[in-house]
Amino acid sequence: MTAPVVLDRRSVLAGGGALIVSFSLRRAGAQEKAAQGPKLPGSLATSPNLDSWIRIDADGQITAFTGKAELGQGFRTAFQQIAAEQLDIPFDALKVITADTKLTANEGYTSGSHSMQDSGTAILHAAAQARALLVAEAARQFDLPPDGLRTESAVVIAPDGRRLSYGELVASDLLHVEAQPTSHLKDPASFKVMGQPVPRVDIPAKVTGGAAYVQDMRLPGMVHARVVRPPSYGAQLSECDTAAIEKMPGVIGIVRDGNFLAVVAEKEFSAVKAMKALSAAAKWRESAKLPNQQDLANALTALPSQDFAIFERSDPAVNGARSLEATYTRPYQSHGSIGPSCAVAQFVDGAMTVWTHTQGVYPDRQAIAEMLGMPQSSVRLIHVEGSGCYGHNGADDAAADAALIARALPGRPIRVQWMREQEHGWEPYGPAMVTKLSASLTEDGRIADWNFAVWSNTHSMRPGGAGSLLAAQHMARSFAVPAPKPLPLPEGGGDRNAIPIYNFPNAHVMHHFIPTMPLRISAMRALGAYHNVFSIESFMDELAGLAGDDPVAFRLKHLDDARGRAVVETAAREFGWTRGQKPPQNRGYGFAFARYKNLAAYCAIATEVEVDRETGRARLVRAVAAVDAGQVVNPDGITNQIEGAIVQSTSWTLYESVTFDDTRITSIDWQTYPILRFDAVPDSIAVHIINRPGQPFLGSGETGQGPAAASLANAIADATGKRLRDLPLSRKRIKDAIDA
Amino acid sequence: MMALKVNGRDHQVDADPDTPLLYVLRDDLALNAAKFGCGLGQCGACTVIVDNKAVLSCVTPLLLVEGKQVTTLEGLGTVAAPAPIQRAFMEEQAAQCGYCIAGMMMRAQALLMRNPKPSDAQIRAELEPHLCRCGTHMRILRAVHRAARLMDTADASDRSVR
Amino acid sequence: MAGQLRIITGIAAIVLVAGAAVGFAVAWRPQIAAMAPPRPDTFDPEIVKRGRDLAAIGNCNTCHTVQGGGNYAGGLPVPTPFGTIFSSNITPDAETGIGSWPEEAFVRAMRAGVGRDGRHLYPTFPYDHFTNVSDADDRALYAFLMTRQPVHASSPANQLSFPLNYRPLIAGWKLLYLRSGDVPSNAAKGAEWNRGAYLVEGLAHCGACHTPRNALGAEQVNAQFSGGDVDNWHAYALNDTSHAPVRWTADALYAYLRRGWHADHGTARGPMAEVVGNLATVPDRDVRAIAAYMADVSGAPTPDRKSPNDAAAQSAAADATQANAAGAAIYTAACASCHEGGRALPYGGVNLALSTAIAGSDPRNLLNIVLSGVGAVAGERSPIMPGFAASIDDAQMVALAAYLRARFGKRPAWSDLDKAVRDARAVQAASLAAADAPADSRQRGKP
Repeated sequence: MTAPVVLDRRSVLAGGGALIVSFSLRRAGAQEKAAQGPKLPGSLATSPNLDSWIRIDADGQITAFTGKAELGQGFRTAFQQIAAEQLDIPFDALKVITADTKLTANEGYTSGSHSMQDSGTAILHAAAQARALLVAEAARQFDLPPDGLRTESAVVIAPDGRRLSYGELVASDLLHVEAQPTSHLKDPASFKVMGQPVPRVDIPAKVTGGAAYVQDMRLPGMVHARVVRPPSYGAQLSECDTAAIEKMPGVIGIVRDGNFLAVVAEKEFSAVKAMKALSAAAKWRESAKLPNQQDLANALTALPSQDFAIFERSDPAVNGARSLEATYTRPYQSHGSIGPSCAVAQFVDGAMTVWTHTQGVYPDRQAIAEMLGMPQSSVRLIHVEGSGCYGHNGADDAAADAALIARALPGRPIRVQWMREQEHGWEPYGPAMVTKLSASLTEDGRIADWNFAVWSNTHSMRPGGAGSLLAAQHMARSFAVPAPKPLPLPEGGGDRNAIPIYNFPNAHVMHHFIPTMPLRISAMRALGAYHNVFSIESFMDELAGLAGDDPVAFRLKHLDDARGRAVVETAAREFGWTRGQKPPQNRGYGFAFARYKNLAAYCAIATEVEVDRETGRARLVRAVAAVDAGQVVNPDGITNQIEGAIVQSTSWTLYESVTFDDTRITSIDWQTYPILRFDAVPDSIAVHIINRPGQPFLGSGETGQGPAAASLANAIADATGKRLRDLPLSRKRIKDAIDA
Repeated sequence: MMALKVNGRDHQVDADPDTPLLYVLRDDLALNAAKFGCGLGQCGACTVIVDNKAVLSCVTPLLLVEGKQVTTLEGLGTVAAPAPIQRAFMEEQAAQCGYCIAGMMMRAQALLMRNPKPSDAQIRAELEPHLCRCGTHMRILRAVHRAARLMDTADASDRSVR
Repeated sequence: MAGQLRIITGIAAIVLVAGAAVGFAVAWRPQIAAMAPPRPDTFDPEIVKRGRDLAAIGNCNTCHTVQGGGNYAGGLPVPTPFGTIFSSNITPDAETGIGSWPEEAFVRAMRAGVGRDGRHLYPTFPYDHFTNVSDADDRALYAFLMTRQPVHASSPANQLSFPLNYRPLIAGWKLLYLRSGDVPSNAAKGAEWNRGAYLVEGLAHCGACHTPRNALGAEQVNAQFSGGDVDNWHAYALNDTSHAPVRWTADALYAYLRRGWHADHGTARGPMAEVVGNLATVPDRDVRAIAAYMADVSGAPTPDRKSPNDAAAQSAAADATQANAAGAAIYTAACASCHEGGRALPYGGVNLALSTAIAGSDPRNLLNIVLSGVGAVAGERSPIMPGFAASIDDAQMVALAAYLRARFGKRPAWSDLDKAVRDARAVQAASLAAADAPADSRQRGKP
């Protein structure tokens, strides 16, 4: 139960405007409406109607809706917690429906650690306001003042014991109203569901073989398709004799449209065999010219760039005495989903339905509709979970493949499963980056001036626009790849986290945006923040060394943000960090910190690393993280995200780079793109969450990537006395540095 | 037609002898747990148990397992009546996206049947062929340890696969 | 076979005891006084660097480092027909390593197989080769080892029964088999060849694995490089009795030793993977020298060794399939997708018509690889092949091996394949049970 909330439906209506009946019509007006009044919280700003988020049926069934896609982060569970808490119902009393262009709000992409901020906040307020409306309606029916009523388990209870269930109260369009800018939220001190480590709702099916992924879909009459991709970017299909393949057992048909080539078969393995035969039959003219991998940093910085000064601060009174400069590089890196992309599509009576693990059902719908020349209203995209994607992998492309094939074979559901080599070879990679830093120290060992320059492609080539989709690029009536754009600050793309959070009297930050994309690239977890934080936090350690200062103390000396300081101090304390500490032989301690995007979650990570001096092998021994993601909804969910970020970032940082020759991508499987295996899993990871009750949700999915990388680099430098600035910090590079 | 025994039940499967077991399980028998990850035996997502041993089903042709006992994660237990290994993974919340987890669990199950009290190093060595991209490794290790304890206390019959 | 060997060696040992008693003066070696471990910075860094390359050529880490143990801290059990001998700690730890050894003690160990304390060392430490290492190289190796991190670790006691645990016997062995000056030299062959001879017969000790041993565990002089045994692998013949379907050239050897694979021969596996892992780090000219010398050792092509194209021709396919339908079916279903997948080495499967494992006289390497596969090297680009031990039964394995032999080896069937399969499976199972640490690059490919 909770304290009563005084709010009646009239005031909601007066504040919000007219009832809007049709969901699809509501779409068009939403942006406009939101712009008029005060900004609504989270995604209510773009989808203001309460019943876009919360639905209560007359039979008492309660549903929360999100336009975001569950990618394995566990926020379906967190959203359910939020809705249950604010509606004052048990956790199990509702279900959550995720991204579906027919059912849920348009929340764009599930990216940038925005899900809790956007969708979680919308559900929080929508649920709180829905509860207030229910109480007000009960007050009217009881003919009692609302402040005497209480709620419990989806029932409003009067002081005299009369009860009305939510289902009884919800008749008519009670929730068919626009939200108000402010809500009467429950006091965090009274939370029963929020803040608890509620077990994830999706895990039972995943550990018992239930249908949990788009890969597991089996629609009646479904058939299997495989695509044959070109051997390199831009290759043209010059000949392909398909006659023999069409006669292979189980083959239903071959779809050829320009350079797009696919085969459909009744059974999956028949499709695989036919794909191999088709691949052997296809002859391609290749023309790609990839940059010299051995000289990637120079190849990148030599490309034309658009240059933006994104941060300037000047205090001529402060001058540096000793200075340092350094260049850091990052290669192209792969999302490397364990499950290659998959989609199911069905084209019936002029309507296309696509089940996909895209991160953005609405933008992907726009792109697919454009590719097919269909009105968007005839295309429905339904999100079904796939393997973790960590950004823009092959999901959207597989959805487009399925749609293009389904249109050629109307009626039958078409399941497209990418092969391992296709995912590795054709996914859009995390872009290669170069950063150049210089700084000088005052006599008393503080940073006097700071110069930071980053060279990078954009970090999003996501759809919309059909030209973002491989199938649309390859089909005969092909769509051109859209012109890349730098993502705007404050979140930024290549310049994400390029602006230091520290307080430097003089600072100058440049973003050299490179429009030319030698390799296919797009968004990968944390975007530019991974490399920028790696660079900044490595360089902070280099400067601390120059100043003869302790790395943690040196950071605190330049950090004013109180929540940032708390995170740094917590991580240092829990790690046992002490000034002048001496690690055991062959070991080193490292520290790094960032606030993701300078506006989301704070994260500091201390690590202990062991380096084998003979082989150069570095192993993370233990990591201690502190994180402040605002109000905590599910602490175990945050812990899981941070643990995962540390392990994944360790893999990126120690091992990973996409490889290519003059023409083709050569890292096309786990032999050629090795990632972390169990031998490299640390002894322990501890995550300390600083809860901020009542504060906005900050999202924790990407905040750990940069700090983990820099913390490792700093620990390796501590262990070896050698500073490595080129990612990945491979065994060979470490050994060469030790032996140098 | 090939004869196959999966999760204790006999099946006649209309598939060529060179069909990888994975496709037979997923396509012909509509089982979900074994996953397609690479088709090359490099990632472990497709792991099932054949005659008490962990096998990469994506590179195991049907003819090699004809007449043998195949067990998939579905054969260990259900949401309502989970096997110890399944309980352990639920209790440790040992998944993010979860795509690799079924394979991990099957190899862990095979290990625990062979060695009921493996050391941490033995578990790591055993799971070396398996990749997880979300970085859930710490939880997976904890879950396998927990499963060993649960099996120790559970009915001995839980230790065998059906 | 091991039992027979023991009987033979027991008899031989008694003979040796008598010999040793007579030649006590020969057996006795003085102790060399211990010294305080020298400070690492007393060594010239250039000499240390040279020592590092030499240690890699000598493959020292393979025997003197164990998984999870300190580098060069020893403790590796080396199974021999006479019992198990544990490698020693060669870090500069004063108490358990060689930290108290003056350089002359180190040189004496390399030359004469004698410890600082005057005890004879078992010839599992290949001083029959190291005796050929030059003073300058010994000095560099010493400098390298003395600048490693000292590790305090005692090796377990050797598991040898009497009389083989009686070290003075080794003096007799040395009288019979330890000869210095074995390095061929031939001015007419040029500097590279001579450099190669020096490395191969000395520090690289290639013959230690690739030359068969006699009943007393010594390399058979008259059968040099005609193939030997190491762990549970067959080390291929490198001389003109080689079964390599395509003749090894100096360029092919160089590429294989340098990067671990060659398109005409396949990928280095088993203990050889460790050797090529080390050779990847040493100066190019030394690998070229080894290749030049070994190409000469391997001799002229014999009629049954062909060009790659001839070897790859699969004319026997139909016959072999007819003779062994079961093996053919397994090959088609389990092997062909990678081995006929068209992907280049090292990440595609080798064309099995080029495989020495299949053409060779001993099926063990083939069986080891099929059963155990090739594991990923942690964090490094490396070939992966799934093992089939869990899915293939003995009868299926026999059928497959016989088919591969008939179709790709085109040689008479291996005899007693059933037993070889049972043995290989026992080794694989034992290795599985013993696995308590994930693989590292130093230990790739062990079954």
